[in-house]
Amino acid sequence: MSATSHLLKVVIQTVMAAPMTNDQSWFYALALGVSFLKCLLINAYHSTDFEVHRNWLALTHSLPVSQWYYEATSEWTLDYPPLFAWFEYGLSHIACFFDKEMLVVPNLNYASPATVLFQRLSVIVADVVFFYAVKECCKCLREDKGKDLLGKPSFILTVLLLWNFGLLIVDHIHFQYNGFLFGVLLLSIARHCQNRHFEGAFLFSVLLNLKHIYLYIAPAYGIYLLRCFCFTQSNADGSLQWRSFSVVRLVILGTIVLSTFAVSFGPFIALGQLPQVLSRLFPFKRGLCHAYWAPNIWALYNIADKAFSILGVKFRLLDINKLPKASMTGGLVQEFQHSVLPSVSPLATLVCTLLSILPALFKIWHRPNGARGFLRCLVICALGSFMFGWHVHEKAIMMAILPLSLLAVDSRKDAGIFLMLSVTSHYSLFPLLFTTQELPIKIFLMLLFTIFSLASLKTLFRKGGALLNPLEVTYLLGLIPLELICEFVYPLTVWQKTFPFLPLMLTSVYCALGVTYAFIRLYISLLTCSDTTKKTKMQ
Amino acid sequence: MENWSLISLCVLLGLTARWAVSFHSYSGAGKPPMFGDYEAQRHWQEVTYNLPVHEWYFNTTNNDLNYWGLDYPPLTAYHSLVCAYVAKLLNPEWVELYASRGYESHSHKLFMRATVLFTDILIYIPAVLLYCFYFCDGSSKQKVATAFCILLYPGLILIDYGHFQYNSVSLGLALWGILGLGLGWDLFGSLAFTLALNYKQMELYHSLPFFCYLLGKCIKQGLTWRGFFHLVKISMTVLVTFALCWMPFLSDPKQPLQVLHRLFPVGRGLFEDKVANTWCSLNVLIKIKTLLSRETQLFALTLLFVLPSSLKLLSKPTLWQFKLALVNTSLAFFLFSFQVHEKSILLVALLVFFVFRSMLPLLLKDGLLLPYVVTSLAFLFLSLYLLSALERSTEEELRLGLYRKLTQRWLPKLNLSRIIKWKFWFSLAAMAALSFTSVWLKPPAKLPDLFPVLVSVLSFLHFLGFIIYFNQVQLMEPQRKKSQKKTN
Repeated sequence: MSATSHLLKVVIQTVMAAPMTNDQSWFYALALGVSFLKCLLINAYHSTDFEVHRNWLALTHSLPVSQWYYEATSEWTLDYPPLFAWFEYGLSHIACFFDKEMLVVPNLNYASPATVLFQRLSVIVADVVFFYAVKECCKCLREDKGKDLLGKPSFILTVLLLWNFGLLIVDHIHFQYNGFLFGVLLLSIARHCQNRHFEGAFLFSVLLNLKHIYLYIAPAYGIYLLRCFCFTQSNADGSLQWRSFSVVRLVILGTIVLSTFAVSFGPFIALGQLPQVLSRLFPFKRGLCHAYWAPNIWALYNIADKAFSILGVKFRLLDINKLPKASMTGGLVQEFQHSVLPSVSPLATLVCTLLSILPALFKIWHRPNGARGFLRCLVICALGSFMFGWHVHEKAIMMAILPLSLLAVDSRKDAGIFLMLSVTSHYSLFPLLFTTQELPIKIFLMLLFTIFSLASLKTLFRKGGALLNPLEVTYLLGLIPLELICEFVYPLTVWQKTFPFLPLMLTSVYCALGVTYAFIRLYISLLTCSDTTKKTKMQ
Repeated sequence: MENWSLISLCVLLGLTARWAVSFHSYSGAGKPPMFGDYEAQRHWQEVTYNLPVHEWYFNTTNNDLNYWGLDYPPLTAYHSLVCAYVAKLLNPEWVELYASRGYESHSHKLFMRATVLFTDILIYIPAVLLYCFYFCDGSSKQKVATAFCILLYPGLILIDYGHFQYNSVSLGLALWGILGLGLGWDLFGSLAFTLALNYKQMELYHSLPFFCYLLGKCIKQGLTWRGFFHLVKISMTVLVTFALCWMPFLSDPKQPLQVLHRLFPVGRGLFEDKVANTWCSLNVLIKIKTLLSRETQLFALTLLFVLPSSLKLLSKPTLWQFKLALVNTSLAFFLFSFQVHEKSILLVALLVFFVFRSMLPLLLKDGLLLPYVVTSLAFLFLSLYLLSALERSTEEELRLGLYRKLTQRWLPKLNLSRIIKWKFWFSLAAMAALSFTSVWLKPPAKLPDLFPVLVSVLSFLHFLGFIIYFNQVQLMEPQRKKSQKKTN
């Protein structure tokens, strides 16, 4: 027993010694604090994603590699790239110390307390990658010394990332491993900022093999690396110097990326399973929108269609019998039949997405503007795919918010955009947690994050007026009555039974307006920022 | 950042922690036939809603006092009644007479948790914020940090949101009382404290300092004219508040007597579990059955120390003295030790921690291990981090002058503050080890109660140490005019 007490003492002392001696102690305090909070949420509601990941643990543990992408006992088949499957495989070897039953494939919906504990802890522990990445990102910021701690950019950035509302509720209540994945993404961004491009490229290709949704931001990576790394020099005005192309760098980059993919997909190519793996990764059977419309262009498109059809029926321009039935009960069906406007095909969404990101890509090719330009382009790629993508989930917005936090602490214009985007899109995540038990916690956490981001960014950019104009403030304040109506008033009314989807529709349309606005503003700032950066370079 | 945003962040974090703890189990969940405190509170709602007032405290055909009979003062009963009306509105099954016994469901748990959160927001949290902003010294950031630590104090969160009780109501009301006294609104203070007393009889522990402080203040003003008038006003306030609270029971002399009998049962067994146990004879003073009964036992002990501190307070009714006396008369009021002794937070953190640790056996029984570990670690970490306890603990600030004099004679080269620091870590490690062993190791067959008893003994020794220490601080006070001025 004396040994244990000694050990505990050492542990406590090392934990405690850090904040006392180190200048960066606040970082550990924030990280530990949020970890404690995550631990308290272990018993909270978890969605079907919990079962999805349990199933993956089971099938990677008990089946040979050749069966991984064929197994279909559960409806939640493996639809992440191979490296994530290997990650689950690694986890499963620890899982067997908690509860062996969770590793049995036919044990569908198995959720014993030990299973819950293990799965939740695995998310919390995997977030260590995220912590490290955030710490590295902070190093890329220019630091104002002598400032009050609460006004330091690195402190604000750390809170914005570590205590991010979306990450907390999606990972630690809803259940997913986004923290870990975003850790890899942010680390790769940090490496690019630190001019360690090979590492950055390697990390990003690993990330692509962990979760393929990050393909959406791959164009930004590709163009940036080609333009700023493979071409070693630019002209004085920032335009491309064709002769400075370095073949060696391109070859090394290509080798890194290709070898990562080879390690990941190689075994499946050798087994001749590539088509099967790809068909699992890219299912095009789903509809244009999720059951709950993500707040993007298609939500506005759908609502416009609905409005036209209702107006058309009212003014006798349309025949009610000729309209597709689904459009009148809409919102609940996955396949949304447009009645007036043309229906949208997957190809059309792909074209729209490409068109939306092309100007940004062209812009960083033409005038790269360093790591900041790259980051801005990355955010636009993420946002563009969110706005126009096929079957976008509302969680995908996180891909834009987290990198945008990096920009927000750097310039006041971006801070305004960040506030608009983060508040609206975090609010649009509310329907993810629909249980009454989680209602207070999502409101508390949302307020916590919103108040912090508003207050801290306001302090950071004290000089030069308000961050948000009156219109934006009104729009954001409008979220409060929206929430009150959707969650408290509407369920008490008689319409709850006849139109149960109306609050969700209202939420996604209202949020879609804000997200679209932020997207447009971000685009404008990208296309017009060249002059300001020139000035800073001169200085 | 401005203060308002910092404060709202603190409050929101406190609320988040509270609600997150409430996801976990409660006392007596799924344990028929008696269940636990949660069922007691629900049962009181059922009783107060369905029975006429004069039956509440009596054993009648409709009211079986052996099944969680009402044994708190009238204000608790009224609170239950209000909750019962809301419950009836939401789901009549929750408060149906007889049929609702042992009722457990997810939505009912949510409702009960929400009532606790509601009272907390209404009474306790505003009191804590006001307290920190009016009576703590230091910069506004330090005040926020103190408020933050108090709001995250795990003992209260775990008992209220885990185990299930409404301590925040009585503690909050008592805190409003202290606020009133501190601001010079003696009438408001005594009103609030009388309400606290009428919510939970446990508040009697704190009544002596209130009484001595107010009486001492009146005496100081001169008992002939102004002081006497003041005294009359205060006593009228107290009497009228009492009368209003007990109004429904005053029609028949039997009623108030029965209520009193329910509040202070003479024959209440403190050792229901282990009557025949050999250990029992050893730990008459130490053994913990529940938080409540521990305090009952502490009462005897505290009484020994009450006398000097009360007399001191009577002769010198300053706020600083008042707060010290609160700590001395009742260690259950550990929260206020924060402000009384901000500088020596090290000792205080330890004290708080020990009060809390001694609840471990209880929390283990309720299946609240996870929130216990998490919140206690978080609290320890944050309080040490935010208030930088270890750096501040110099001898002077710890007010160890007396001990210094004593020890210097025998051991001239002893560094007391270093000893205290080491002792802090040692106690902490010992407690951590004990928690660990009592959770994961099986006790030897011959001594099945070994770990709970060890926890109790260690906690008891610390309590004793703190009582002596705080008494010394209070009684030695006159020499330290500086700190007195600051707090006044």
